[in-house]
Amino acid sequence: MSKTPSPTARPTVGLFATCLVDLMRPVVGFATVKLLEDAGCQVFVPESQTCCGQPAFNSGDVPDTADIARGVIEAFEDFDYVVVPSGSCGGMIKHHYPEVFADDPAWLARAEALSEKTFELISFLTDVRGVTSVPATFDGTVTYHDSCSGLREMGVKEQPRALLNSIDGLSITEGEETETCCGFGGLFCVKYPDISEKMVDTKVNDIVATGADTLLAGDLGCLMNIAGRIQRRGLNIKVRHAAEVLADMADAPAIGEPLDKG
Amino acid sequence: MDSTSPQFKDNARGAIANDPLQAALGKLTHGFPKKRAEAAARLPEFDDLRDQARDIKNHVLENLDLYLEAYEEKVIEMGGHVHWCSTAQDARETILDICRKADAKTVTKSKSMISEEIAVNGYLEENGIEAIETDLGEYIIQLRKEPPSHIIAPAIHLSKEQVADTFRDAHQDLDAARDLDEPRALLEEARAKLRDKFIHADVGLTGANMLIAETGTNVLVTNEGNADLTNNLPRVHIVLASIEKIVPTLEDASTVLRVLARSATGQEITVYTTFCTGPKRPEDLDGPEEYHVVLLDNGRTDMIGSEFHEMLRCIRCGSCLNHCPIYKSVGGHAYGWVYSGPMGAVLIPNLIGMEEAQHLPNASTLCGKCETVCPMRIPLPRMLRKWRERQYRSEVGSAKARWSLSAWAWLAKRPGLYRPLMNLGIAILGQFGGRGRFKSVPFAGGWTSKRDLAAPAGDTFINQYHNGARGDQSGELMRRGIVK
Amino acid sequence: MSQRNAILQKLNERLDRADDLKAKEAIRARLQGHVKNLIPQRGSLEQGQQVNLFRKEAEKVNATILSVQSYDEIPGAVGEYLRQNQLPAQIKIAPDPRLKELDWTAKTSLMVNDGRADGNDPVSVSHAIGGVAETGTLVLTSGPESPTSLNFLPLDHIVVVRADDIAGDYEALWDRIRQQAAAKGTPGKLPRTVNWITGPSRTADIEQTLLLGAHGPQRLHIIMVEGDSATPSEA
Repeated sequence: MSKTPSPTARPTVGLFATCLVDLMRPVVGFATVKLLEDAGCQVFVPESQTCCGQPAFNSGDVPDTADIARGVIEAFEDFDYVVVPSGSCGGMIKHHYPEVFADDPAWLARAEALSEKTFELISFLTDVRGVTSVPATFDGTVTYHDSCSGLREMGVKEQPRALLNSIDGLSITEGEETETCCGFGGLFCVKYPDISEKMVDTKVNDIVATGADTLLAGDLGCLMNIAGRIQRRGLNIKVRHAAEVLADMADAPAIGEPLDKG
Repeated sequence: MDSTSPQFKDNARGAIANDPLQAALGKLTHGFPKKRAEAAARLPEFDDLRDQARDIKNHVLENLDLYLEAYEEKVIEMGGHVHWCSTAQDARETILDICRKADAKTVTKSKSMISEEIAVNGYLEENGIEAIETDLGEYIIQLRKEPPSHIIAPAIHLSKEQVADTFRDAHQDLDAARDLDEPRALLEEARAKLRDKFIHADVGLTGANMLIAETGTNVLVTNEGNADLTNNLPRVHIVLASIEKIVPTLEDASTVLRVLARSATGQEITVYTTFCTGPKRPEDLDGPEEYHVVLLDNGRTDMIGSEFHEMLRCIRCGSCLNHCPIYKSVGGHAYGWVYSGPMGAVLIPNLIGMEEAQHLPNASTLCGKCETVCPMRIPLPRMLRKWRERQYRSEVGSAKARWSLSAWAWLAKRPGLYRPLMNLGIAILGQFGGRGRFKSVPFAGGWTSKRDLAAPAGDTFINQYHNGARGDQSGELMRRGIVK
Repeated sequence: MSQRNAILQKLNERLDRADDLKAKEAIRARLQGHVKNLIPQRGSLEQGQQVNLFRKEAEKVNATILSVQSYDEIPGAVGEYLRQNQLPAQIKIAPDPRLKELDWTAKTSLMVNDGRADGNDPVSVSHAIGGVAETGTLVLTSGPESPTSLNFLPLDHIVVVRADDIAGDYEALWDRIRQQAAAKGTPGKLPRTVNWITGPSRTADIEQTLLLGAHGPQRLHIIMVEGDSATPSEA
């Protein structure tokens, strides 16, 4: 998946923000912009982006998925890279768009071309841009949740840990269930709330057992799910997208915390 | 077996509230997956062997009709009989017929998921023939009149206290004051009870993990040895197997065996791996006089060439169950029929119908863990999604959910409408989100019944990035020189 | 149409192969070719190391192993085993000449019968055709001189195996079994039962607690005959 980093080139990057980041937590988008610009990329944020189509895809609605995917392909295919601060939306574009167009040679070719240059954010920084450290500071102990798509579809495991380890003041403590699904699963968590609750409690118990004061991950769906449960249980653990910490924006309110007024 | 799959949600809720079950599932979490990982680490060729096992089964499936013919020819050459059965009822009747011709009063059984599929025990009992499960776990659940809750460890959901109670109820001839505190005591009691059954059974009914075409052989894998007592002692040995169990040669069987136990329990190989070919030879001192193979279709031919074709590679190791976070939360009974876990969620709708089993492919986050551990590299998440595609096309499932998704998709295809609508919606929600989160939100009960919902910042990222609209957050970021 | 033909025809239609005749040929070739797939390196050792690996793997799964230098030592070894485990001095042996012709009365006062097991034999003695080092597995085949019931009914199972008959992998034993069938005049035909036995019977069906001696033997004792043996094994 990685290409030889070319530090002198200034590639164009189409930033696919994801609907959750766009709607629920813009600071992740800004952190992503900063990280990409610091890594020497020219960042563009197409305004026509809405959703990657995964809710439709995972619900078996292939026609709508294809319609949405065509819009994404058209909006993003002219950039050198497409970078996504999410393993699941990244995986949708990279792996599932070609599946959707398996019977349509023209769109399949375009989907495959887009797939070639689509990356999850943190692994893009390390594997493609050759970033080995970030000039951020952070005071505290974090634990990392490996979101399923990031881990199994996009190959994200060591990269966030490598960059987080480069941050002064930050220490990482590993849970036992870092690779266990948190129970979000898109619509699963509202269709099967009892099972989702059981799964997120397993995750939260594991996080508590690490003693960390902050949970990080690369997918906002997972993060909102886990944060929501942590707060419902009255626990005092902050939850952020890893990009916020890497971009030195961890002074913004954590997920679910009140925004500063004024 | 009748299904309770339509009641999956209720089943799941009950399972989550069932403390002994949760304790047992917790043990499972730390047992099988660790052992499998250790076994895989000890064998450097493990992943290559998985690839070869997959290729062997793919080749067989592509030529299944020809391999079945070759297998049948060999079984007959070795003195056995082959019975072909399209449906569960055909198989039940065939087995009863063989038992009647043998004047059988009792049938011992080793573990066979196919026998659960066709519900043969009840049928034999209705017809005056006693059918006795001999696998310890199966024996226990037979006494409790429960279905298996795991495809290789059928009684995994029970505590030893529950087993002791079951034995006290069933074995009334024994001293009521006897100590049944320890698993050892329970095992000794079951062993003693079943000994006579083994020796006096008229018919032994086994399954088959594989059927070897080269030699007309069925393969049995157990740790207890019950399948061996079942196939060797009675006068008649019946093998019940579905048609996709074929492998070509003894070498191919050996390859599959190298990944089977390691995936299932983390053992290098099961204690007993047994290869049975035909009835006893005239000069043998023991063994059955008659050998029958009952080959069952029951939906497999429909799967060939369909989007579920690859499911037919399954060797019933149970690894996907052991690693599935949904299985680990609710156990096997919640799925409502013979199989469970990811393989159950794919297979059950093929066997009992999509409507009846509609919850099963949806009760998954598609986390993909199952596919990473499947020894036969079956793309389980893809097939779960294929069920969802079929359900969508046939409009099976919640109309409300379908409508909401259609509305979202409709909007997502129209950025010109999506943008202003989302900007407005987020601004409104942001007004109410002073504490940073919502404890309850209209229409979002599915989320807020279990979790708080983080409040949005009040302005979308795209809007802030492009239009310089001053949400508090972007203003702060611009002050710090982070956003231009 | 018979159910057999209905099933086969449906498969043939759904599979929609281009060339049935060519496929049939390929299958015939595969079934006769006995091509070996990937064999783990683990058992690819020189013979002495294979024997050591066999011993190590078998002991891992709770078998016990005793080495003797010749068949003559077997009766004494069996007597000792019975004494150590406080078992009655009564055994049922396979009517294998290599076992039958041993002098069972010389050192011990054992009651020795030969034949199949009937459920009343506390201890049996069988002879394996060989062992597989990769997993410490014994291989036994059924026949007039080796009734299968001896392997499963008694609580204690003693198996004699020659060190020379230990091989690295399962495939070597399948070759041997095919050779034995050919030598007997029944090429390509397996005996009624081939048993791979790896340790004593076990179960973890009750609360995942490991227990030995479920329905098969609770103890598996292997007597490995090393060095030059008095009787040659079957070819």
